Amino acid sequence: MKPLPVTERLTKNRFNLDEEESHIEVNQEIAKATGTGKAIVACCPAHVYSEDPDGTIAVEYAACLECGTCLAIAAPGALKWHYPRGGFGVQFREG
Amino acid sequence: MTEPVEPDFDVIVIGAGIAGCVTAYQLAQQGRSVLLVERGEEPGSKNLSGGVLYSRGMEQVFPDFLTEAPVERRITRNYINFINGDSSVAVDYRDARLAEPVNAVTVLRAKLDPWLAAKCEEAGALIMPGVRVDRVLTEGTRVVGVQAGDDELRAHVVVAADGVNSFIAQDVGLRKKPPQHHLAVGVKAVVSLPRKTIEDRFTLTGDEGAAVAAVGDCTEGVGGGGFLYTNIDSLSIGIVVRLDDLTAKKKVVTDIFDHFLEHRFIAPYLEGGEMLEYGCHLVAEGGLDMVGDIVMDGMVVVGDAAGLTLNTGLTVRGMDLAVGSAVAAAEAVGAALDQKNTSRATLAAYREKLFASYVGKDMETYAKAPHFLETDRMYKEYGELLADVLYGAFNHDLKPREHLVKVARGSLAHSPLKIMQLVKDGIAGARAL
Repeated sequence: MKPLPVTERLTKNRFNLDEEESHIEVNQEIAKATGTGKAIVACCPAHVYSEDPDGTIAVEYAACLECGTCLAIAAPGALKWHYPRGGFGVQFREG
Repeated sequence: MTEPVEPDFDVIVIGAGIAGCVTAYQLAQQGRSVLLVERGEEPGSKNLSGGVLYSRGMEQVFPDFLTEAPVERRITRNYINFINGDSSVAVDYRDARLAEPVNAVTVLRAKLDPWLAAKCEEAGALIMPGVRVDRVLTEGTRVVGVQAGDDELRAHVVVAADGVNSFIAQDVGLRKKPPQHHLAVGVKAVVSLPRKTIEDRFTLTGDEGAAVAAVGDCTEGVGGGGFLYTNIDSLSIGIVVRLDDLTAKKKVVTDIFDHFLEHRFIAPYLEGGEMLEYGCHLVAEGGLDMVGDIVMDGMVVVGDAAGLTLNTGLTVRGMDLAVGSAVAAAEAVGAALDQKNTSRATLAAYREKLFASYVGKDMETYAKAPHFLETDRMYKEYGELLADVLYGAFNHDLKPREHLVKVARGSLAHSPLKIMQLVKDGIAGARAL
């Protein structure tokens, strides 16, 4: 069984997307200056974060599995991250 | 002076995981009015664990747990594996005594937790799913309730069972953000396979189960390990890696996960399987150092939110500690409610009960384990040394044989490990684990 690419893997999960509100916000300047940007790209199991050619960190919040790893390694001020609003986000069926 | 507002509930529990549900259940059993608030669409939908639950504590709370609750398999086989690139050395521990009485079971939390929540409801607790608690309400130094959106609900005691991120306790200033070397990320997939295939591959019968733990090349040398657990008709497979080491070694976490699943000694177990779900979870690995403050005026913190997880090298525990903390918390909160005094001083009985129970005792016994498990050599050189010694013994290359001690000495001479490190690590390991 070859592991599927992460984006395809995520299609196996059930998500209730909150279309009105993102629960993640990157402070681009601090993320760049502190190295948090590159670090969260590497440590997120859902590939929520990606680095654009100009160094900006793009955020695909809909894919978030809500573990909190990015927040744990982020430098102070680089990232705002909280849980999605009630009922939204990933809904595990196995767990 | 204004009259104090009569609270809506005796107790509000935040989070319907194991710690939250067991606390809510027991307080409801005592006849308290209990509200259990859960941010997931339904209980269990935000919850994920590796999958092995040491079940004795749960049986004390629910005597019919093993026959009634949706558990997967009874673990009778523990397979501990040093995995290198092309070699592996394992201890395969099987024991009928682990089946009777049952010691540990695999669980899938999206199935188990709804059962626990239903038990809470039967006992009289009110469950409110799909609601995220944004913060606790405070008056002076005292927690008096919770705020969720525009709603404010009040209680004599709030129980923070909101999981490893512990936002509630951090936000109110009780707990601090833990350092990176005290945290790890677990990445997991559930892979479906026919029941018979699982039993054949792991040589199991009936509802017996196996738990495979792996260290070494499976995490590309990053501190942590791999796991593979059998469910009834699926496997739970994944890695857990320490955040400080992951970032220091500049590894991509999903590369490590893929590497483990595709490893020559792991891939055959998964052959023909289909990934049903992919998830991840932050893991507290600080042991006793991470417990910290868990009581304040009007609030207690239980389970993962209180840093209650243990990695002893052989066993990885969290869910059983969640149960133990819930039992201690429910007793202390109940007594405080009876005394009509839910101050920090009265609720401190929770901490005393916790540290008098197996939870606190085990956290103390393994207090040195996290530091020991930060030894880098555990994740590369030791596994290779073991394989080299065995290779020396089994590789009949027509050279005259040597006694095993001499072979081992020769392997050690070729290893980057020094004999003093070996002795030091041996002593440290014996003291820590």
